[in-house]
Amino acid sequence: MMGSDNQVFEEAHVYASREEMENLVLDDDNSSSKSFSNYRSATSLSPPILVTPADSDPLLAPPPYRDLRNPNAPDNNGNNQSYIEPPSYADVIFRPFDETNPAVNEINGVESSNQFVDSPHSSTSPVSSTSSDYIKITVSNPQKEQEMSNSLVPGGNTYVTYLITTRTNIPEFNGSEFSVRRRFRDVVTLADRLAESYRGFFIPPRPDKNVVESQVMQKQEFVEQRRVALEKYLRRLAAHLVIRKSDEFKLFLQVQGKLPLPTSTDMASRMLDGAVKLPKQLFGESTALVAPQEVGQPAKGGRDLLRLFKELKQSVSNDWGGSKPPVIEEDKEFLENKERMSDLELQLSNASQQAEALVKAQQDMGETMGELGLAFIKLTKFENEEALYNSQRARAADMKNVATAAVKASRFYRELNAQTVKHLDTLHEYLGLMLAVRSAFTDRSSALLTVQTLLSELSSLQMRAEKLEAASSKIFGGDKSRIRKIEELKETIRVTEDAKSVAINEYERIKENNRTELERLDKERRADFLNMLKGFVVNQVGYAEKIANVWAKVAEETSGYANENS
Amino acid sequence: MFWQTNFPEYQGPEKIVIRRYSDFVWLRDRLFEKYKGIFIPPLPEKSAVEKFRFSAEFIEMRRQGLDLFVNRIASHPELQQSEDLKTFLQADEETMERLRSQDTGYFKKKPADLMQIFKDVQSKVSDVVLGKEKPVEESNPEYEKLKHYIFELENHLAEAQKHAYRLVKRHRELGESLSDFGKAAKLLGACEGDALGKAFSELGMKSEALSVKLQREAHQLLMNFEEPLKDYVRAVQSIKATIAERANAFRQQCELAETMKLKEINLDKLMLTRSDKVGEAEIEYKELKAESEDSTRRFETIVRLMNEEIVRFQEQKTLDMGIAFHNFSKGQARLASSIADAWRTLLPKLEACSSS
Repeated sequence: MMGSDNQVFEEAHVYASREEMENLVLDDDNSSSKSFSNYRSATSLSPPILVTPADSDPLLAPPPYRDLRNPNAPDNNGNNQSYIEPPSYADVIFRPFDETNPAVNEINGVESSNQFVDSPHSSTSPVSSTSSDYIKITVSNPQKEQEMSNSLVPGGNTYVTYLITTRTNIPEFNGSEFSVRRRFRDVVTLADRLAESYRGFFIPPRPDKNVVESQVMQKQEFVEQRRVALEKYLRRLAAHLVIRKSDEFKLFLQVQGKLPLPTSTDMASRMLDGAVKLPKQLFGESTALVAPQEVGQPAKGGRDLLRLFKELKQSVSNDWGGSKPPVIEEDKEFLENKERMSDLELQLSNASQQAEALVKAQQDMGETMGELGLAFIKLTKFENEEALYNSQRARAADMKNVATAAVKASRFYRELNAQTVKHLDTLHEYLGLMLAVRSAFTDRSSALLTVQTLLSELSSLQMRAEKLEAASSKIFGGDKSRIRKIEELKETIRVTEDAKSVAINEYERIKENNRTELERLDKERRADFLNMLKGFVVNQVGYAEKIANVWAKVAEETSGYANENS
Repeated sequence: MFWQTNFPEYQGPEKIVIRRYSDFVWLRDRLFEKYKGIFIPPLPEKSAVEKFRFSAEFIEMRRQGLDLFVNRIASHPELQQSEDLKTFLQADEETMERLRSQDTGYFKKKPADLMQIFKDVQSKVSDVVLGKEKPVEESNPEYEKLKHYIFELENHLAEAQKHAYRLVKRHRELGESLSDFGKAAKLLGACEGDALGKAFSELGMKSEALSVKLQREAHQLLMNFEEPLKDYVRAVQSIKATIAERANAFRQQCELAETMKLKEINLDKLMLTRSDKVGEAEIEYKELKAESEDSTRRFETIVRLMNEEIVRFQEQKTLDMGIAFHNFSKGQARLASSIADAWRTLLPKLEACSSS
């Protein structure tokens, strides 16, 4: 017994750091939990319930455990009795989020090369994987490239590109596997174009630009962080049943070379363009009206400053003016939902924060438990080396049991925490999505504003026309200049009417998008949250059981002392 | 500020007396003076922080420590016979106050002792100044090993105790975060409504309930695991004090032996020269010899006692730690078990949600 212990303590002595605890091979009678590295393979006591069919929820209670090898085995060394009646969740919990559920993970294709990036609703998302469509995107292989254009700085401007590989069987994509290289700027373009084309949809938010971090962080770390974020983003886009089939997305994933989407030019150049046009607009030299097709886009991002001003004026009049605007948001259901989403965002933010705190507390617990274990291992070694009396040896043996248990418990806490992070990540994900919801609601209100503005304009144009007609009818024989003006005005009114129709259509379209998206969000969110809760709880149960067993053993081993305690 | 405790007497009929912390200190100091070589049981520390001194937790910890202190003395074959112990257990408060003010504590010595201390310091200083070896120490390899063991042991134990204390804190922190998380879950549930809302609600409640369990375990951990470890450290420190006493005794013995030799040489010289100072010198020599023998006897007693004490100490500590380990592991097992049970009850409810 002593000989094999020495190896443990040699290692404990040499590797003082916490990380090295991972490598500690603890001498253990109960083979149900060996060192971390061979933990997964050492689950010789787990029943072979592993392969669950894809459509049954692996998080459910497992079928009753039968020791298939030896149903009548007596409990000779105490370890074959692992957690028998009732069946323990401890044996089930490691399945759902491991590699061992390929069937479930393939669906929706959101399996990651790095298993910790796996988003929770990937493995059990009955909602979005109704058909056998799948699309799997991987982001990898970051490379530095040189900007070809003439630059002031010798050596040129360098940037990083990422290899984006897609595998899919969706017919809208021509092909089943393809790769392109894209840089982050391309992703920004994609996000902006999607926002324009899919107003009213809940479009997953793109990763941040992180301008400060890109300067401050280590290059490699930053690039890796960005790679992970990009992969998550593209996968979320792919998970959206409408967006995954969009032209923008397809172009982004498939077209080699330069991204064939118009880039978002700076606000500055936009404003400059608009400022140039404005005087002409005011003096009536270029069209003072909104071209109908432009009405389909929000005023804010465009070059038409005059339109911007008009809509601003309208919104002020909506808020402060005496009269009611020509048409208002009357959809009660929508207003209730908006209220609800706002409340949800608040609660999600709170829950997300507390989840972070919980994770930290669990991590700290694991760390301290491990440090305690190490301290006792050192003590044990010390007592054994210096032992002069049997009482010392007995104490050393007791300490060793406690130390072993503490180190094991520490590992369990850390594993528990890794799983907890994955589960509770759902909260963070949906919190991020609330941004998309808000922006979709903004699309709606800005479209409404456009309609209101046009209606106001229309009514004021018509009033002007009436006045002119009334004035000109008083002049006998007609007033050439006035008649000309009336003609122009009537033309303007016609164009504005067209614009108004377009704007109203756009508004209705966005309203409908809002509605369907809300339905989808509610359904998916409920399913995902339920899975999150189940996963979280199963996880807690499983690990708590394991930890309890570890300590129960030590309590048993030290029970002799309890009887002596008066 | 002071505070008081009650303790029943364990010998003879029951008696209750009121004692202050400083009374315990008095007893400890007296025993330390009189029973050199014996490891005097340690006292819980004076608290440095004013505010903390009155918290229920601190008072409970101190009470536990003082209880152990008195009981250990009472169960030690030699210490239990001490007159001072009897006084401590029986005297009224006025007597105790009087005795305390006559304090002959470790740091307040009788004039003769003070002289001895000065002499010690003098000789040490002159040795150093004259470039002599460092003060005389035993050259007993076994004893060296023991000293090394004790000093190392204190370091290891202190580290373990530090982590034990941190573990208590972690339990409290985890409890708090579970409570906060539970509240957040309940609010989220109120927002979601329906079956899902209920699920969140239940989760939140369970989380809050577990938070309470964690706080309780934190307290248990403090009392039954961290305190015994601290007690162990204190015991080791008490042994260090005894080691210092032994070193003193040894030095005294050596010095007296040396002085005696010098006197003997001197006496012989005087006898040879038939000086009339012989008589005086003879008397002095006899006195010195008696002192030297006394000192040697004292030292040997310390050595003998220490050898017995170390065996007792090791055995006692194995028992003490065994109990502490048992309580620790039992507490952890119970906590983990109840955590598993609590969460497990949620699972069928969650199942019901998804099927609806």
